[in-house]
Amino acid sequence: MEKFTVHTGTAVPLRRSNVDTDQIIPAVYLKRVTRTGFEDGLFNAWRSDPAFVLNNPAYAGASVLVAGPDFGTGSSREHAVWALQNYGFKAVVAPRFGDIFRGNALKAGLLPIELDLKVVEELWAAIEADPQLSVTVDLQDRQLRAAGREWAFPIDDFSRWRLLEGLDDIGLTLRHEESITAFEQGRPEWTPVVH
Amino acid sequence: MVGEARPRTLAEKVWNAHVVRSADGEPDLLYIDLHLVHEVTSPQAFDGLRLSGRTVRRPELTIATEDHNTPTDNLLTISDPVSRTQIETLRRNCDEFGVRRHSLGDSQQGVVHVMGPQLGLTQPGMTIVCGDSHTSTHGAFGALAFGIGTSEVEHVLATQTLPQPPLKTMAVNVVGDLAPGVTAKDLVLALITQVGTGGGRGHVVEYRGPAIERMSMEGRMTVSNMSIEWGAKAGMIAPDETTFAYVEGREYAPKGEAWDRAKAYWTSLRTDEGAKFDTEVTLDITHLTPFVTWGTNPGQGAPLGASVPDPADFAEDADRVAAQKALEYMALTPGTPLRDVAVDVVFLGSCTNGRLEDLRAAADVLRGRKVAESVRMLVVPGSASVRAAAEEEGLNEVFTAAGAEWRFAGCSMCLGMNPDTLKPGERSASTSNRNFEGRQGRGGRTHLVSPQVAAATAVVGRLAAPADLN
Ligand code: SF4
Repeated sequence: MEKFTVHTGTAVPLRRSNVDTDQIIPAVYLKRVTRTGFEDGLFNAWRSDPAFVLNNPAYAGASVLVAGPDFGTGSSREHAVWALQNYGFKAVVAPRFGDIFRGNALKAGLLPIELDLKVVEELWAAIEADPQLSVTVDLQDRQLRAAGREWAFPIDDFSRWRLLEGLDDIGLTLRHEESITAFEQGRPEWTPVVH
Repeated sequence: MVGEARPRTLAEKVWNAHVVRSADGEPDLLYIDLHLVHEVTSPQAFDGLRLSGRTVRRPELTIATEDHNTPTDNLLTISDPVSRTQIETLRRNCDEFGVRRHSLGDSQQGVVHVMGPQLGLTQPGMTIVCGDSHTSTHGAFGALAFGIGTSEVEHVLATQTLPQPPLKTMAVNVVGDLAPGVTAKDLVLALITQVGTGGGRGHVVEYRGPAIERMSMEGRMTVSNMSIEWGAKAGMIAPDETTFAYVEGREYAPKGEAWDRAKAYWTSLRTDEGAKFDTEVTLDITHLTPFVTWGTNPGQGAPLGASVPDPADFAEDADRVAAQKALEYMALTPGTPLRDVAVDVVFLGSCTNGRLEDLRAAADVLRGRKVAESVRMLVVPGSASVRAAAEEEGLNEVFTAAGAEWRFAGCSMCLGMNPDTLKPGERSASTSNRNFEGRQGRGGRTHLVSPQVAAATAVVGRLAAPADLN
């Protein structure tokens, strides 16, 4: 995984709450067997609407998505994270995320940033006033900076460290292979084994 | 680590029994007893293994099925080439890595969360994961079961473990009893409307109370299945005689003395007297009646006897805006009685309500009746074995005599990934779990209902309960 330390880019305001994963990428786009190419499915139902914010040329090239509460609820499809990444997003800001989406994002290296709705509303206003507003996401300092202001965002130490170092989770776990093997010796005899 | 004497919740007991490694400032590493795999969320995980030269650590704790993307009108031809490639990729991956698979045409093929319990692979006290959010279904057995993403699927394939952030627990204390004609589905829809779609966020929830204890395993699975729809990480129900009776004798259930030892252990899997939950909520079902959704998330629901709400009546700004958007999408006018809402399609199936008990309940309503001219009804059994059992009882004849389509097993119109979709603007009554915009097909409008309401709605052509038919 690529290291994530500090990212600076422009942002796009998505004034919607409860953007579930079916809206981020509908099921018909989940048939591919690769991790790439999902950008065409991103927000597919809304993309045909010329008024949809991602269709506004002022926000072309934005790499930070600022959305309303309960972003990424619903399905476990990691394709939702890939679609956002394939499209060019590095971070998503929202007051609250669906749990599985948040976990998937942290694994795949798309930074989920939780900030109060009030902050999100300020950000929306600032971005709409100046679509070229530069937004900095600083994982090192756990801060989001924009328009001369800064807001701290929460992230647990372990996830932060993994992202900063760009570490592969599986590799980390396999360092404890011995503990896994030891655990396996003591599993109850009745736990099912597929034949 | 906490002292031995502290009373524990069910979730803590199962969690603690699976901690491989625990270290300060790091997530616990949990052992995974069963990993369920399907075609949509696994190809990139198997690819990852190949790229890094890894193998599946415990293929015998892993099992695959084909469900999300499979056709339900035949067992032989997958006409969409992209879908076909995905299924063929699963078959190739399973064969290469030594994973047992139940493919289309196999007697155990079906929706992954129907397959596990019916094989007896789902047992109390286990940790179960799957690249699918409705893995919470298996919590009905007192297992800790939750959905994971594809990176985690790869992690479990490679290590049979998962790092997990600390556990937070919640109790849902159900007060009162289900009135006749009111179901587990109504209960869980009412719960989500009460607590909101984010109400359980981050928590492992335990459903408790006499109504839960009296519920069948099928009903318990319906309730646990929808845990994710209010944001919970997992839903659990303490195992009891109902659970044991369901598991006993199934293909993978322990046999002989192993059964006795297992049962003795499972019996200890209850929340101790005095154990503390991080959060508790109460759901009073004394006056609960059949419940349906009117909006575009499962928390936008109301009793069938009510009317489409007026967004102006919501206290919170966010709820008002969400209701407004939902009603626009659903093309509903505030004040319209829900019983006046006409539907085009009725979908009976999914891992929420596609088991034998659900099909029986719907067939009881349809027996001797006809699906309305204006309605297309699809009956999609949750698995090939549910389908076979239903045919043995003649349920298929009840459905076809009523004018419904009797399909092969799969996810089907629950997520509209195969050709079973709503057309833009079509409205459905669906026994599945998600009424999101476009979930059942682009522009489709979904009302979540119980199997009984689905069947009555099919007959009337408008949202209805069985009692309306007399
Ligand atoms: S039936 Fe629906 S909810 Fe269940 S696994 Fe299939 S798509 Fe997911």
